[in-house]
Amino acid sequence: MSVLRPLDKLPGLNTATILLVGTEDALLQQLADAMLKEDCASELKVHLAKSLPLPSSVTRPRIDLIMFVVNLHSKYSLRNVEESLHHVDATFFLGKVGFLATGAGRESHCSVHRNTVVKLAHTYRSPLLFCDLEVEGFRATMAQRLVRMLQICAGHVPGLSALNLLSLLRSSENPSLEDL
Amino acid sequence: MDETVAEFFKRTILKIPMAEMMTILKAWDFLSENQLQTVNFRQRKESLVQDLVLLCEKKRASLNDAAILDIVYTQFHRHQKVWDVFRMSREPGEDIDLFDMEQFKRSFKKILQRALKNVTISFRDAEENAVWIRIAWGSQYRKPNQYRPVYVVYYSQTPYAFTSSSQLRSNIPLLGQALTIASKHHQIMKMDLRSRYLDSLKAIVFKQYNQTFETHNSTTPLHERSLGLDINMDSRIIHENRIEKERVQRVTQETFGYYPQPRLEFAQYKLETKFKSDLNGGILAEREEPLRCLIKFSSPHLLEALKALAPAGIADAPLSPLLTCIPNKGMNYFKIRDK
Repeated sequence: MSVLRPLDKLPGLNTATILLVGTEDALLQQLADAMLKEDCASELKVHLAKSLPLPSSVTRPRIDLIMFVVNLHSKYSLRNVEESLHHVDATFFLGKVGFLATGAGRESHCSVHRNTVVKLAHTYRSPLLFCDLEVEGFRATMAQRLVRMLQICAGHVPGLSALNLLSLLRSSENPSLEDL
Repeated sequence: MDETVAEFFKRTILKIPMAEMMTILKAWDFLSENQLQTVNFRQRKESLVQDLVLLCEKKRASLNDAAILDIVYTQFHRHQKVWDVFRMSREPGEDIDLFDMEQFKRSFKKILQRALKNVTISFRDAEENAVWIRIAWGSQYRKPNQYRPVYVVYYSQTPYAFTSSSQLRSNIPLLGQALTIASKHHQIMKMDLRSRYLDSLKAIVFKQYNQTFETHNSTTPLHERSLGLDINMDSRIIHENRIEKERVQRVTQETFGYYPQPRLEFAQYKLETKFKSDLNGGILAEREEPLRCLIKFSSPHLLEALKALAPAGIADAPLSPLLTCIPNKGMNYFKIRDK
């Protein structure tokens, strides 16, 4: 089973699982720690992967949200995400996928242009978040947002679904995105 | 005491940081314990230096004594110089006499003084059969410049000598010759290895860097000894690519070992290769001359940084052999040409 599908497993009771995909393990680890520090009514699980496809595993819970983490300082990390996207089923992109770009704060170290990730996120109709994961304060804030997004995607917030969230996020996007 | 010698003393002692003053003076071993006690070390540095220079004058200190103090200072501050490495060789099948340090020193001094009338040479023995040599160059008509000396550290039981990089490069061939002849070798060659960290250069050249430390940790399983990652993981965090991570750790450990890496600040690659491209045509593909390109990697600790690349996810493991061969080959300057 090399393609990830959103609804191929039964959900766990009160469990919400996020999959973080990115080459830089240390950053993902720190983000995962920050997320687990948050107070949350649901039981959180964080899976970290360098790339997709994931090794086959029966015990893996249903994944509610995938965040692809791109480090703007590294073309290698962008390429890795681009290749991993091929292993995600199209139905995942109905609000259960997001992109996170890190490293924008240090402009001189960026080898990936901001617009590249903007276009990538636009192609996949998914939200793009910017956050310098190396800065603890920003990381903590992003962790809060991700936890909230995760709860919605797992269906733990009554009245709000992943698709609702996607349309909410999209309508607040810069309209000039359509011109790209 | 000669004015220039007094000035040299003053400037050399002024260089020494207050915190190290006592230690260095004691290592110099020229002023006795009693004499040092007569000086007030709590006064302002300028006055302290004046008192010390007076003491040296009273004891009739010579230029050579000042040079030895300079050597001691440099031994404590070896990182302030950039060191080159030279390797000497003998003709195959030559008889090797027992090394005589005094004869080496005499011979070395004679060769240099014969070639250049004005040159100051001083020696200080060190551990491991090594000798530190300080050379202040002059010329036919000028007295030696004591403020731009060259230092040579020669390990007598080995064919290696380390020299501090100097701007006055015209005298290096003469220095090489003197070293070679005095140590009864035939040829001398400069290695493509340079660093501020003399001890690291030593470790690389004498192959002493691959000693495993802390053997009591060798029983802990591999994934717990992850490089730089927090091992106290929450059980709610699951690494999907655990097997791949372990492979990367294993390959990194195999390449770099468990020991701390010797310290280098840069690696430089000079490329002279023709342009190769998958695309047909294009201006660059038709170019006959090789492209010249210089790539320099710098870091406060280059080898440790390279070791951390794959585990941090910034590069694939195994790393290019051009990077990993640095300690094995004893080079950090490379010239890459088309085969």
